[in-house]
Amino acid sequence: MSGSAEVPTASEPLRRFLQVARGAGLRVSAAEGIDAARALDFIGYADRTALKDTLGLVLAKTPDEKAVYHEAFELYFKHEALSAGDDSHDDADSESPSAGQGMADGQGAQGGGEGGEPSGGNSLSELLTQDDRAGLAAAMESAGRESGIENIRFFTQKNLYTRRILVRMGLRKVEEEVEALRSSSTKQNIDRAALLEARLAPLRDTVRDFVERNMLLFARGDNEQFREELLKSARLSNIERRDMERMRILVRQMAKKLAARYAKTRRRRLRGQLDIRRTLRKNMGWGGVPFVTVWKQKRIEKPRVMVLCDVSGSVAAMSGFLLMFLYALNEALSDIRSFAYSGSLIEVSEILEKEPVEQAIGKIMEAIGWGSSNYGNAFADFEEGWMQHVTNKTTVLILGDARGNKTDPRTEIIARLSQRARRIIWLNPEYRTLWGTGDSDMNRYAPFCNLVTVCSTLRHLERAISGILEGSN
Amino acid sequence: MSQTLRKKKSQTMQNAQNKNPATRQLQSIEEVDAGLSAAGYIANRQISTAIYLAHHLQKPILVEGPAGVGKTELAKSVAAWLNLPLIRMQCYEGLDESKALYEWKYGKQLLYTQILRDKVGSVIGESDNLTVALDKLHAFGDIFFSRNFLEPRPLLRALEQPGGAVLLIDEIDKSDQEFEAFLLEILSDYQVTVPEIGTVSALVPPIVLLTSNSTRDLGDALKRRCLHLHIGFPDEKLEARIIASRVPGIDARLLKQLVSFVQQLRALDLKKLPSVSETIDWAKVMVLLHTSVLDVAVVRDTLNVLLKFEADIEAADKQLAGLTHKAQREAGIT
Repeated sequence: MSGSAEVPTASEPLRRFLQVARGAGLRVSAAEGIDAARALDFIGYADRTALKDTLGLVLAKTPDEKAVYHEAFELYFKHEALSAGDDSHDDADSESPSAGQGMADGQGAQGGGEGGEPSGGNSLSELLTQDDRAGLAAAMESAGRESGIENIRFFTQKNLYTRRILVRMGLRKVEEEVEALRSSSTKQNIDRAALLEARLAPLRDTVRDFVERNMLLFARGDNEQFREELLKSARLSNIERRDMERMRILVRQMAKKLAARYAKTRRRRLRGQLDIRRTLRKNMGWGGVPFVTVWKQKRIEKPRVMVLCDVSGSVAAMSGFLLMFLYALNEALSDIRSFAYSGSLIEVSEILEKEPVEQAIGKIMEAIGWGSSNYGNAFADFEEGWMQHVTNKTTVLILGDARGNKTDPRTEIIARLSQRARRIIWLNPEYRTLWGTGDSDMNRYAPFCNLVTVCSTLRHLERAISGILEGSN
Repeated sequence: MSQTLRKKKSQTMQNAQNKNPATRQLQSIEEVDAGLSAAGYIANRQISTAIYLAHHLQKPILVEGPAGVGKTELAKSVAAWLNLPLIRMQCYEGLDESKALYEWKYGKQLLYTQILRDKVGSVIGESDNLTVALDKLHAFGDIFFSRNFLEPRPLLRALEQPGGAVLLIDEIDKSDQEFEAFLLEILSDYQVTVPEIGTVSALVPPIVLLTSNSTRDLGDALKRRCLHLHIGFPDEKLEARIIASRVPGIDARLLKQLVSFVQQLRALDLKKLPSVSETIDWAKVMVLLHTSVLDVAVVRDTLNVLLKFEADIEAADKQLAGLTHKAQREAGIT
């Protein structure tokens, strides 16, 4: 409880760490930053584990975030330590052991001490001549800070920042000096110019390394986010294999968000609205004096959904995602049955429930996928086996391109289905302009559907399903 | 301007802290550690740091982790150590403020109106007209909506404790999202608003612990106001210390085997991993059975204490021999 707790100001290392944490993908609000500063007033920087525990408690709020935090913390504080440790390492395999090697260690300590200060004092050429690595590293750090290295976001900015840092360290002056030395003719001067140039080259590399390291620290989260944004609006049929894993995570996240938004209690008490009839009945025993009150309640129906998924070659990628999405929504959709079809139709609810989604989808594909589609046949199968389970509360979701290879579309089945079901929603991965061209029967089915919509990206999918969930209460 | 304001606020907070009797006991993280272990709770550094910070920053702690790692126990132990009353609120679907904060004693109100019905005549008896009568009635104030007719529920009770309290909001993830939003006022300012009475502030800010099993994601607003503590399964050393403290008199070699076995079990692919509470139960069973060496037969008979699913028991059964053997070897029994 020292007086320093009065005005919480984020000290410099903390401020920079918060930036690192944000870059790594932690969502740290300003309020949490202030909390961190206040917490550090109590804990201090001396004890590393306590520091780590403290910041972890204040900043990272889910197990995932804890993992990210752990990594960022280790990287950042190791990185901070590196700038001191780096020099001795560099000294060891330095290719010019002659010049002032002995004093480098002594200056290393000194350099570390004044590390926080801007690079004033020694000019760059002096530092280079003395081969003072500690001094150079300190100068580089502070030049980096001054040039706002923490704002680096993309790898295309690497050269820009490298140049900026070098200029701040006084590169121009050295270059001018080299130029001047060259033009004079004395042997000594030319040697000195060569020495400076030779020392400048490794410095460039070091600075580039430094920038790269900082980019890793500060820009990772943003790049991930950028990539995810791209994936969300990419056509699902175009997703590359290497992005599959990321897509799966994205699908799960999206579904979880939707589930949390719509997984409401089925009954909700309407506070303030007395249920007079039931109150009177409950209090009959007391001669109608209402000792016990009963409030009105509202029931919220959970949606019942039947999903018919085309798994024929053309739309297979799409239907995989749809099934994945729906199964991740389990919480919000208590009653869901799924069917897969290409030439014929089978129920796949059980397979999907028993096995992890990815394997289940593989299994379904094996059983029935990749065939050429026959919509008429598939719908006939559905009518025969499951039509009686369709009630006026059921939403039927059909995913397919409606290309039946010139077979009989059997639209009359969909007509009957539309009479029984609450609504039919058709998701078509094709562009609207292609509907009705060639063997597409989309326009023939469309009149019986409550909604026909293009659905080719993850974002479309999210919107369509959120529509189903919204319409259900 | 804002700085002086902030200064003032932090000063008043500091004053409240100094009045708070718990401050004496919460001087450092080490003291928290010692205090908790004296109360029978073996904490790791993170837990102690969290309690320490919760008190000094006056922030609630959101404790997450698998079932049975001692989330609720932590609150109990803190209360026992600081000698504060523990006020517990179990959350469930449909919990609302009338159960959590306060409720009017409807029955009492009605009863009193019935009893006082005759008195109304004598109070307004001599009035000439309705306005005068009403004025007279108004003079009595809201007698039926005063403290006397207020039934405080856990949250209000926690604020009204004169010496501070430990407030445990258990399984917050089971409550509705609306309720979570309702909690925000109490969590950030330690005050609640009762429309008929006004705002009630805490006499001494209670230490608030919220627990969650992550059955649903909690809102960001709630998380932002809390310190977030994740308690996972303890490592072998810590678990041994916990068991030793909870099951006193257990044989050291048996303890070592038990812990080693459970730790190995957690590495298997099971539906529900055995938690610390299960290990404690199992240790108690072993003590009751006077077992000193774990062998396959004993383990097989008592496996249902550790594992709660038939499928899990079957899966573990196949590897029982290897697991017990390794546990024995690690405990130095050949």
